[in-house]
Formats: sequence, structure tokens, C-alpha cells
Amino acid sequence: MDFFDDIIIDIKQLTFSRGDRYIFKNMDIRIPRGKVTGIMGPSGTGKTTLLRVIGGQLKPDSGSVLLDGDDIPHLGRKELFNVREKMGMLFQSGALFTDMSVFENVAFPLRVHTKLPEDMIRDIVLMKLQAVGLRGASELMPSELSGGMGRRVALARAISLDPALVMYDEPFTGQDPIAMGVLVNLIKMLNQALGHSSIIVSHDIKETLSIADYIYIIADAGVIAHGTPAQLEQNDSAQVQQFMKGLPDGPVPFHFPANNYETDLMEGR
Amino acid sequence: MQSVTANLALLGRSVLDRVAAIGRAGMVLMQAVIARPDPLTSFPLLVRQLYSVGVLSMVIIIVSGLFIGMVLALQGYTILVDYGTEQAVGQMVALSLVRELAPVVTALLFAGRAGSALTAEIGLMKTTEQLSSMEMIGVDPLRRIIAPRFWAGLICLPILTMIFSAVGIWGGMLVGVDWLGIYEGSFWANMQNSVDFFDDVLNGLIKSLVFGVVVTWVAVFQGYDSVPTSEGISQATTKTVVYSSLAVLGLDFILTALMFGDL
Repeated sequence: MDFFDDIIIDIKQLTFSRGDRYIFKNMDIRIPRGKVTGIMGPSGTGKTTLLRVIGGQLKPDSGSVLLDGDDIPHLGRKELFNVREKMGMLFQSGALFTDMSVFENVAFPLRVHTKLPEDMIRDIVLMKLQAVGLRGASELMPSELSGGMGRRVALARAISLDPALVMYDEPFTGQDPIAMGVLVNLIKMLNQALGHSSIIVSHDIKETLSIADYIYIIADAGVIAHGTPAQLEQNDSAQVQQFMKGLPDGPVPFHFPANNYETDLMEGR
Repeated sequence: MQSVTANLALLGRSVLDRVAAIGRAGMVLMQAVIARPDPLTSFPLLVRQLYSVGVLSMVIIIVSGLFIGMVLALQGYTILVDYGTEQAVGQMVALSLVRELAPVVTALLFAGRAGSALTAEIGLMKTTEQLSSMEMIGVDPLRRIIAPRFWAGLICLPILTMIFSAVGIWGGMLVGVDWLGIYEGSFWANMQNSVDFFDDVLNGLIKSLVFGVVVTWVAVFQGYDSVPTSEGISQATTKTVVYSSLAVLGLDFILTALMFGDL
């Protein structure tokens, strides 16, 4: 089976820099439609930046990001806001609107983008909340939710418009094992049930491997390996193995670049 | 030589940063102001901001107005009574309030009470990624968050200034007439004869409108442009109060010179 017969996002020759440092250099990534794609890599390699480039919140120096033929970096402000209706994004912090109840948070995208009657909005919101198991919490305020519940509400909000693409920014970080298991199952289940495409940015290897259909590992301003979870486990590159097995030292050094240890210590004398 | 060049480069960089910040502030203001509002969604948002920016600032404005009016009357009386012209206290209180003190003091209090709150609120929304997530939902935060706050500040400050003047004059009367025993008829008649609607009241309101634009603009921009950390928000709130207070005082001189300079 070829994953890439039908792709939803086609990133070509993407270059993005901050100051003198390249975050991505001529990077190519293709995201298959209807699948769960994992983007993994050590912290600070620009995984979240990649999501923001796809969402059009950051503009790359060069290259194209095609979402169903729309080149996101080159869209005007208004077109960009229209294209974003096709995307849902789950932020690392959940990013719920703190002045609205859980119900209003999930209803927000529906209210601003559709002209549905109130009772239909209510039904859709309750269905989305039911899907994440929080229908009973609909009247609570975000400050009354635990971290895991907050993220599930944010997930319900991200899928409330039935987007074609859902992006998850570090969905498992800081969750207890139960909440983590719930989220893993939810992401997999929702992807199958709703038929959208998912991108998960994460460095939680076990969880991401368990639900992703295809994985890209990014480091050193580009993709260092990609493939199905099984293919990556067979990959014999030292860099990939270090990351997959969580080894403290290897091609990604444990030590931040520094002067010679001995000279540094002697200098104070 | 090298340090001179380095210092020059540093100076140039800080000037450039400032110019860039002014440019960004202009863009934020433009996009918030030209945003064509959808009455159904914008009106409730505006009303909510009018409440939190305006109504909640009323107490501090009323209390300050009262005391400033009372102090003005007391100070004015002790000077004017030496010349036997204590009846002019009403005129003095009213003119200094409507022309000068009400717009300026209200704007300064507003910057401290409402401006800092706006900056902190918007800055926290940025820190907790609420602005980003709104953008990703396809809603422009400049329209949804910045615009109603900006318009609310613009509408509220002139109204608060009027309240400040009215309460201040009443405070002046409490002290002048009820306590120090100035004849009530001349207190009010002198005021009526000397305060001109266009020259004094309207000019004072124009000042407060200008201050309203500046204070709210500084406040929403500092919040929107803040560094999304706790330190960044604390700096942004300080900047809001400092910049807007200085801008109010500076602009007050310019406006006064333009309005009353040829007298």
C-alpha cells in the first residue's frame, strides 16, 4: 500500500530561519490523507514551528506548503482565515478561552463560521463533548478542569467544524498515564471515525509509535528519517536509534558545545 | 574606536527597534479601526468592554473628582479671600476642571486603572496561546479582541471626563458654599458667566478624546506585542502606564497651546 497516492499537505523545499540559524533547510514533507502522521524529533528542532508554518502563523523564507492546492505562505489575510476553517489545532496548553464555559468554547468555531440555528449548535457541541467524554462538564469553566480534561475540551473544539486536518502540538506532554491513554485512544478513534487527517507533533516515542501510520523524524534543519513505525525501528542510523531508544549520548551530544573542560576549570586560578 | 562604533551600532539598533514598534503599533491600530464590524457579534462584545473599561472605572473617577474639586475650592478660597473675590471660586474651580484637570487626571487614572488591565488581559491571552488558537480557528484577534477594547476606551474616556468635571464642581460647591459660606448665587452665576461651552467644555472634551485614543492604543498594543512570559507581561503593563501617562502630559501641553495659546 502506498501512503502517498493521496496527500493532503505537500511541503516542498521549505526553508525557515531565525536570525542566522536555520530551523529548516530545503525540507520536503508529505502528509497522507486520512492517516495519522507523527512528526518527532528532539526538543528545539522546530516541530511546533512546522505546525505554525502549516497553519500560516509563521511565514517561511522560501518553499511552498500546499494544502489541497492552496499555497499557505502566499495566501492573503482573508484567504488564510478561510483556509483555516479546514484545520483544527490542539495547542500544547489547550488554549481554551478562559472567559467562556466549556460549552461556549466548543460552540465558538460554529458560531463564528456557520449560521446554524441555536438548537443545532447545541446538538453538535454535545455530540463533540460526548465524543471526548466530557458532556457532563459542559457548564464548567476552563479554570475548573484538570489539565487532561482541558486538553480533551480543546480537542472537541478543534474538531467542532469537522476539519479536514487536525494538528496536535505535543498532546501527551505533562499528562498522567490515564489521561495519556485516554488521549491516545481518542486521537486514533476520532481519526478513524471522522475520517480526517492528523498530524501529531511529539517526542513521546511510545505513544506516537502506537498510533501513527507514518512518521517523520526531524533534526539538523531537515528530515533525518521517515517511514512506518516498523521501518523506523529497523533503521540503523545512529542518530535515529539514539532518538528511538532515548539514549543520553550519541550523535546528539549530552554536552552543550563548550570550551575544553580542563582549561575552563583551570582558568579561575 | 571600536567601542564608539559598537555604541553607535547599539544606538542605531535601539532607534530601529523603536521605529519598528511604532510601525507595528500603527498596523495594529489600522487593522482594529478599519475592521468592519458585524453588528450582531460586535455589539455585545463592545457592551462588555464598555462595562469593564468604563463602568468599573467610575468609582475611582468619582472619588478622585470629588476630592480634587474640594481641594481646588479650598486652595482657591484661601488665596481669593485676601482680595475679597471669593465669589470667583466657582469660576476658578469650573475652569480649571473642564479645561485641564478633568481630562488630564481622568486620563492618568484611566491609564492606571483600565489601561494596565487591558494590557495584562491581552498579554495573558497571548501567553496562554488564546490569541493563536483564535487565529487558527479563523477569527482575527485584532477584530475580536483588540477592536472592541479600543472603541470602548475611546467612548468611555470622554464620558468619564464629564463625570469627573461634574463631581468636581459639586465637590467645589460643598467646600465653597456649604462649608466656607460663599454666597451660592454668585458661586454659580460667576461660573455660568465665565465658562464657555465651545471654548472650555468642548475643548476639554476634545482633549479627552485624544487622550482616549492614545491611552487605549498604547494599552492594547503593549498587550498584543508583549513577550509571552510573566516577565514580559509585567514589563508591558509598566510600559503602558509610563508611556501613556507621559504621552497624555506631553499632548496636553501641545493641545493647550493650540487651543488657548493665542489668548
